[in-house]
Amino acid sequence: MRGIKAIIKKELSDHFSSYRFIILFALIAMVSLITVYMVGLNIRHELKGIAKPRFVFLMLFTSSGTLFSLVQFVAFFGPLVGLMLGFDTINRERNQGTLSKLLSQPIYRDVVINGKFLAGVILIAVMMVSIVLVIAGLGLLMVGVVPGPEECLRMLIYLLISVIYIALWLGVAIFFSILFRSTATSALAALAIWIFFSFFISLGASVVANAMAGNPGGDSAEALVKKAEIVKAVSLLSPMELYTDATATIIDPRRKSARSFITVGPLEQLSMSRFSGPLALSQSILVVAPHLIFLTALTVICFAVSYAVFMRQEIRSL
Amino acid sequence: MDQPSVIETEALTKVYGAQTAVDQLTLQVFEGEIFGFLGPNGAGKTTTILMLMGLTEPTRGRARVLGLDPVKNPIQIKEKVGYLQENMGFYPDLDARQMLRFIAELNAIPPEKIEQRIDHALKAVGLADEAAKKIGAYSRGMRQRLGLAELLIKDSKIAFLDEPTLGLDPDATNRMISLIESLCRDRKMTILLSSHLLHQVQQICHRVGIMIKGKMVAQGPLEKLAKEKFGVGKETYTLEEIYMKYFQEN
Repeated sequence: MRGIKAIIKKELSDHFSSYRFIILFALIAMVSLITVYMVGLNIRHELKGIAKPRFVFLMLFTSSGTLFSLVQFVAFFGPLVGLMLGFDTINRERNQGTLSKLLSQPIYRDVVINGKFLAGVILIAVMMVSIVLVIAGLGLLMVGVVPGPEECLRMLIYLLISVIYIALWLGVAIFFSILFRSTATSALAALAIWIFFSFFISLGASVVANAMAGNPGGDSAEALVKKAEIVKAVSLLSPMELYTDATATIIDPRRKSARSFITVGPLEQLSMSRFSGPLALSQSILVVAPHLIFLTALTVICFAVSYAVFMRQEIRSL
Repeated sequence: MDQPSVIETEALTKVYGAQTAVDQLTLQVFEGEIFGFLGPNGAGKTTTILMLMGLTEPTRGRARVLGLDPVKNPIQIKEKVGYLQENMGFYPDLDARQMLRFIAELNAIPPEKIEQRIDHALKAVGLADEAAKKIGAYSRGMRQRLGLAELLIKDSKIAFLDEPTLGLDPDATNRMISLIESLCRDRKMTILLSSHLLHQVQQICHRVGIMIKGKMVAQGPLEKLAKEKFGVGKETYTLEEIYMKYFQEN
């Protein structure tokens, strides 16, 4: 991969010096700090009801103080970071005429797109890690608990899932920047896709469920369960849903299933109520593995499509 | 001409949809010469250059650049060939030094040589004093000279210059032309120069080719073309007269 280092270096320095990124980063850092501050204030109160509190450290990220938890926040606004970083990747170079300059240097064409995607992923990773570190530091100060090795591992997995999740939206944004010549069009198209898959899918899911399950037996238990199952299945099409389910299970060991309570079978419910201890890390990973694989697959597919389109484009139209 | 040829094409053709941009082109450029690549806008000059650089694939025909096939060995060709495109293409937020460093890194120039080459190239094109300025603040003439500096960084054997004098004032044009001439003379660079400034082309080009509607209608030293069109003994021709004659005939 000759030349990829030069491209990654250039992209990173572009991003770090762009106002767009600085503003975004400041906004996210600020909101997460406020969130954690709130949680820190409330955490004592929450801990009162629990006899033997475990994983207090992880509660910094999951407990939804007054507004929402950090995990929810990243689920909502993480994609926005990916979209912002990627929506003008290729078409800005095209409009500046720098794309054909890059391509007339002795590098393979895929180095350009790989380098840009990798630079974006590195940036996302840097951002997520620094936010988590800041919050952890603040948590240490405010709550005074030290994370154990298992909690650290869980945090690492959470970071990994988050980076993949945001990279998915980076891939979507890059795809549109290849497809459309105007940066405004590609930004709007990427935003539209984000809104559709994040918010409208869950609305659509209940419509689909109503249509499929019908309403034969009124509100019988089976009908309700069936409906809930369909809603869940359809809403898994939304990356936000996948991400929320996966991270919630990883970072909240007291959750044992990614499914909502209503769709859990009676025996499972019994066992859950009998054994209320937290789930072991390996079991948590087992529960979220399908989500994680699906999310990764989506990201890879998205990038692969962009790659294929970019490699086939005529230079004249660049 | 006893020099070996560095660019050769045989019946090179490029079809975009229903339009034939380059039609059965046969072109030969010899080592160390400045070849004037003339023709009206949209005649297929840029498409030809793109095919020679391996940036786009020919529909039919064959090309050889420094003995290499652009379809099979585009990377080796891009190492040795520099291309100054019509719309230049610079990152407005970089300064000249950063831009040249980026180009040097993409060309895998050893890091210890980069700064020295940049100094040298900036001096050669007369930009040493504005090196710290952002390219966005450069005038058109300065940008074109920065483009030539890129060729020096790469140490290109062949340079494709696509309309390097477009939109320049007379002073900047003359400066550009004399720089191009010095690249050929001092650096032994072979130059394929596409331009509409026939007067300047006549001054520096060894041979010219006239391309109209995708076809090469004439190719050779100026004297030869003049003889073909105006008969032996007509010494008062200019390139402009020859060009207009070909243009009207086609």
